[in-house]
Amino acid sequence: MFQILLILLIYLPLVLLMGKYLNKISMNEKTIGERFFSPIEKLIFKVCGIQQDDMSGKKYFLSMLAVNFMMVAIGYIILRTQKYLFFNPNQIDNMETTLSFNTIISFMTNTNLQHYSGESGLSYLSQMIVITFLMFTSAATGYAVCMAFCRKFIAKSDVNGNFFVDFTKIITRVLLPFSFVISLSLIWQGVPQTLQKNTTITTLEGKQQDLAFGPIASLESIKHLGTNGGGFNGANSSTPFENPTVLTKIIEMLSMMLLPGACVVAFGLMIAYRKNKKSWIGKQGAVIFTAMAAIFIVGLVTVYFAEKAGNPLITQLGMDQQAGSMEGKESRFGIAQSALFTTVTTAFTTGTVNNMHDTLTPLGGLVPMFNMMLNVVFGGKGVGLMNMMMYMLLAIFIACLMIGRTPQFLGKRIEAKEMKLIALCILVHPALILGFSALAVATVGGVDGITNPGAHGLSQVLYEFASSAANNGSGFEGLADNSTFWNVTTGLAMFFGRYTSIALQLAIATLIAKKAVNVETETMLKTDTPMFATFLVAIILIVGALTFLPALALGPISEFLQISMK
Amino acid sequence: MNWIKSLKKALLITLTFMVICGLIYPLVLTGIGQIAFPKQANGSLIKEDGKVIGSSLIGQQFDEEGHFTSRPSAVGYNMYDKRDTDFAGVSSGSNNYAPSNPALIDRLKESLKEFEHQNPSIAKSDIPAELMTASGSGLDPHISVKAAKVQIPRIVNESGLSTQEVKGIIENATEHKVLNVFGEEKVNVLEANRLIDRK
Repeated sequence: MFQILLILLIYLPLVLLMGKYLNKISMNEKTIGERFFSPIEKLIFKVCGIQQDDMSGKKYFLSMLAVNFMMVAIGYIILRTQKYLFFNPNQIDNMETTLSFNTIISFMTNTNLQHYSGESGLSYLSQMIVITFLMFTSAATGYAVCMAFCRKFIAKSDVNGNFFVDFTKIITRVLLPFSFVISLSLIWQGVPQTLQKNTTITTLEGKQQDLAFGPIASLESIKHLGTNGGGFNGANSSTPFENPTVLTKIIEMLSMMLLPGACVVAFGLMIAYRKNKKSWIGKQGAVIFTAMAAIFIVGLVTVYFAEKAGNPLITQLGMDQQAGSMEGKESRFGIAQSALFTTVTTAFTTGTVNNMHDTLTPLGGLVPMFNMMLNVVFGGKGVGLMNMMMYMLLAIFIACLMIGRTPQFLGKRIEAKEMKLIALCILVHPALILGFSALAVATVGGVDGITNPGAHGLSQVLYEFASSAANNGSGFEGLADNSTFWNVTTGLAMFFGRYTSIALQLAIATLIAKKAVNVETETMLKTDTPMFATFLVAIILIVGALTFLPALALGPISEFLQISMK
Repeated sequence: MNWIKSLKKALLITLTFMVICGLIYPLVLTGIGQIAFPKQANGSLIKEDGKVIGSSLIGQQFDEEGHFTSRPSAVGYNMYDKRDTDFAGVSSGSNNYAPSNPALIDRLKESLKEFEHQNPSIAKSDIPAELMTASGSGLDPHISVKAAKVQIPRIVNESGLSTQEVKGIIENATEHKVLNVFGEEKVNVLEANRLIDRK
């Protein structure tokens, strides 16, 4: 536990600094390295014909859609023709139609659900020009939208910011330079970065062994920094070449925690500056951050103790299980670092795994599933903050109804129109997960994918759709998901999970941006107090628990009871 | 036409960033990586008498009783016999057996039986479960220190080395926690077996 605590302590100063940096970029202020970045960005703007004019919420959304659409189209063509293109030393074949559809949606929506295995499914060119490229652009899309969303809450008009500018700056000032440095540190620790083809060696006992190489380090850094999560290899960050040491594991984990946390800090700073207060995170930001952190810590502790306790069925075999439930885990990470990674990857919605989630103990597997069902505990690529704001507005609304005040946030009234959209936004997510899960267990195509018997089979289905709708991308990987049914249904869940939420959230922010600001008085509900943070967590848990409890009871909780009773 | 114009802009942006993020960035990094860290960038291969015998990061399966055994692997450590044509190609992963899956218990019983047969002097309650369970990647190069020590009597028996020598080998092949805090104590199996072969 001590090592977990230390890592979280290292994280705090990093996230505050990053939040400050992100805030400057969002507000179009000068940052460190201005003289270096500015000319590069100007060149990109010139080549692409970008005017830096302010956009309305609608225009911003449509610009994002157009760019995403184009990336999907070109990426799809490359996946379908990779056999004929260059950088394919391992002679990988073209990708099949529904699998290509699933893959391209998966990476554009920053989900990174993988129904293929990297070693045998992608050429080096596809790994770089499709996968690595989409990891940058899907993350930049998410953060750009989040920046626009935050600005609208504090703005006096809807027309502000330009999608193309936000998108470019996130890549040039954040993602590229950070990825570069992180990649180098990963190579130093042993992550391969080469275009050389896979080799066969003769082992110590005279057998043949195939080793899979590739440009892994350059993908690995952005995979975590952009909270993407799609591995170069089938077994993702549990494979030694993607994650060779405990140091790379810490680097990868801090990378994925950095930006989602920083978004909250940046938003907190925007609100604090509006009141002309200087601070590190601002009172409002601290409330949001604490609420997220509280749910995170509870989840982390649960996974740790569930895994540490081990599998009762293994104990019954009479072996020594003091090391905890090590099935599906790596010796170099052990229980502590695996529990931490599991909680982080699902709370921060990355989807990279350093142990196999399908093999987690029932309660240890419940936490990552629940994190994705809530989808507000930091969350990936800025989207987590936006989801959290939905719950926050809902909490304000409910609290004000209880004490008989007019619901408002930052002096702006929350009225019927916004509340309808907020309710819709909160309902889309469970509707996708539970609706598609119901479809899967009711159809032959869906049931065929289930590989574990009993209650765990349902968990596999729930996990897959929770992961798709939350744009997470991790899986209970036993699921035989490369079939037409699973490729198409999860593709749709990812698509609607991403774009419906973004459309609704930008619409809500647009409505709020246009509202007149009321002078704040003493009688207003205070939203920056510990009291409100507690209330917010309660609302999230009540809404989340009520929606998903029946499904969880049939899946992981049943399995837990089954194996502890035996 | 407004939408044609915006699609053209989208196309330009796509191509520009495809070149920057998809080609320039990974290729420059490959260049720098190859110059600054040539060993690591090419897979940390280890040589014995001039011949590559493996990667220090990728585990191997060991069947000879005078060698330390690794954890079971769902992908057989991507190893195969020269004459064998069944090898499905390089991959990674685990069996993905749920904790409640009877197949997991059957596999464990099988491994346990084999281990007890090879190590008759070890009591069942002393066999660490981590040695019988499969890793997530199927390529885990390590076993826990406990899992190495439990194999000492067999290796002493089969290799003709003394207990002291085998203990020394475990010591030498042990990778420690970073700063004494982060990670776990573990033994690199390939390294340990290489040391056995050298003696």
